[in-house]
Amino acid sequence: MITLEGVSKVFTSHGQQVCAVDDVSFDVAEGELVVLIGPSGSGKTTTMRMINRLETISSGRIMVNGRDLRSLDVVELRRGIGYVIQQGGLFPHFTVADNVSVVPRLLGWSGDRRRQRAHELLDLVGLPPDRFADRYPRQLSGGQQQRVGVARALAADPPIILMDEPFGAVDPITRKQLQRELRRIQAAVQKTIVFVTHDIGEAFLLGDRIVLMSDGRVVQDATPADLLRHPADPFVTAFIGEDRGVRSLQFTLLGEIAEPGPADTRANGVALPGSLTIIEAARELGKRGPGAGAGFWISDEEDQPTGYLSYQRFAAVLGDTIAGDHTAEHASEGTDGIPH
Amino acid sequence: MGYLIEHPDRVFELTKQHVELVAISVAFAMLIGIPVGVLITRLRWLEGPIIGTAGILYTVPSLALFAIMIPYTGLGRTTVVVALALYSLLAIVRNTVAGIDGVPPAALDAARGMGMTGRQRLFIIELPLALPVILAGVRIATVAAIGIATVAAVVGVGGLGRLIFDGMRTLNTDRILAGAIVSSLLALLADWGLAWLGGYLRRDIALARLER
Ligand SMILES: Nc1ncnc2c1ncn2[C@@H]1O[C@H](COP(=O)(O)OP(=O)(O)O)[C@@H](O)[C@H]1O
Ligand SMILES: [Mg+2]
Repeated sequence: MITLEGVSKVFTSHGQQVCAVDDVSFDVAEGELVVLIGPSGSGKTTTMRMINRLETISSGRIMVNGRDLRSLDVVELRRGIGYVIQQGGLFPHFTVADNVSVVPRLLGWSGDRRRQRAHELLDLVGLPPDRFADRYPRQLSGGQQQRVGVARALAADPPIILMDEPFGAVDPITRKQLQRELRRIQAAVQKTIVFVTHDIGEAFLLGDRIVLMSDGRVVQDATPADLLRHPADPFVTAFIGEDRGVRSLQFTLLGEIAEPGPADTRANGVALPGSLTIIEAARELGKRGPGAGAGFWISDEEDQPTGYLSYQRFAAVLGDTIAGDHTAEHASEGTDGIPH
Repeated sequence: MGYLIEHPDRVFELTKQHVELVAISVAFAMLIGIPVGVLITRLRWLEGPIIGTAGILYTVPSLALFAIMIPYTGLGRTTVVVALALYSLLAIVRNTVAGIDGVPPAALDAARGMGMTGRQRLFIIELPLALPVILAGVRIATVAAIGIATVAAVVGVGGLGRLIFDGMRTLNTDRILAGAIVSSLLALLADWGLAWLGGYLRRDIALARLER
């Protein structure tokens, strides 16, 4: 849906040339949420703002639905892209409902339709319209303002949404709540989203894919699981930080660590779906109590057993993963030399 | 106060002339000053020369300005209106610039990002948000113009200045007082009314504009 091809941006400030974005390429598929992450000043905002042409591209090109951005009318392009900025950017002289209805008004929707849509969206972001619709932004907390910002971006149902640190200004508890809500909303509306953050936890929680940037360049572009298992270089490892092992637990599926089982024990014993993460599996096993045999079966969507894990092996993978030692994956690829 | 009670019709007539002079002058100043202020926010290098010129104009004593202008605009309303408008210009231009500069950059960025054209941003976001500051400039200009307009009586255009000048000539303190009191009340009333208008209009103007 969105394709960046060798995109660069050079700013000239005080006679000096600053290369804010340097030869960046990545794709965002339809319905996908791609997180742009990196240290402050790494070019995330600039990259995002080139997608709705708030910044011009110095070289390279960006395609949206197969068409070069530069061939599109800029106003029309922007009306088809929701944009949420860090500071909220609400219009202080408009009520919450009026803020949410700005794009529908620009598009000439009728009053009834606008009001209905605004109420629907306020419900969606957890701000009951009967209490919040007629308030002004200054009467809201930072977190509430950011929710209005999200609702406003969704108002005209744009297929693409750009979010620049949308939850940056809120306390950790509210942020967690907003992140969960975004996941819920995304599951419901399936937008194509580019999401900028510098919070690695947020990136892992929300991203279908994570594009890690540093100094205007893409350092790694991978799924959360791959980023954890195969960090491209020490910078990535350092950026992911100490929690790498623990985080991996949430992205490693039973199906990925299953081993061929002894054929004769197939009849009895516990079976767990291969789509469970290690954490979910551990919780599930704890709930079920001691099972028959020395391990459990792993089944596919049709409930057919596809592999086996001994409790001993499961415990070893659990320990290794937490320790950040990815023997488990390497084992299945046969690169670590440890006998199974 | 005696004069006020004995000749309410005359005082009313002069007050009306006074209000007319001030209203026309300030309206002209707004018509020119607000667009000029907007222009300055777009072409920043204009700020120094324009605000500088308006500042110098503001320091010329009103009697001197009338005297300078009479050869060109004659004895009459034109002279007074042009002079009062020139005096009003500084406050209106300066406050328009300050008001637009004060618009939160995040709001403007969001407006651009959601596909508002330059015109829409100006009329839906910038001017409505700047309106209270612009109106504060109009208030300053109006209050000053009400005072300066009393001097306009020397050019023979009437207004409350007539009472004051007549009073001075005939040594009638009552008349001077009547002129001074009514003109002060007028200034207070304008100050108050414009402040109220500022708060009231802001949201409605923006929304009306958005509908189009
Ligand atoms: N308008 C601008 N003019 C000059 N330099 C800029 C401008 N915008 C951003 N930059 C520079 O580009 C680099 C990347 O900025 P940005 O995209 O905002 O990074 P991030 O969002 O990752 O923090 C920074 O070094 C920043 O100073
Ligand atoms: Mg940024």
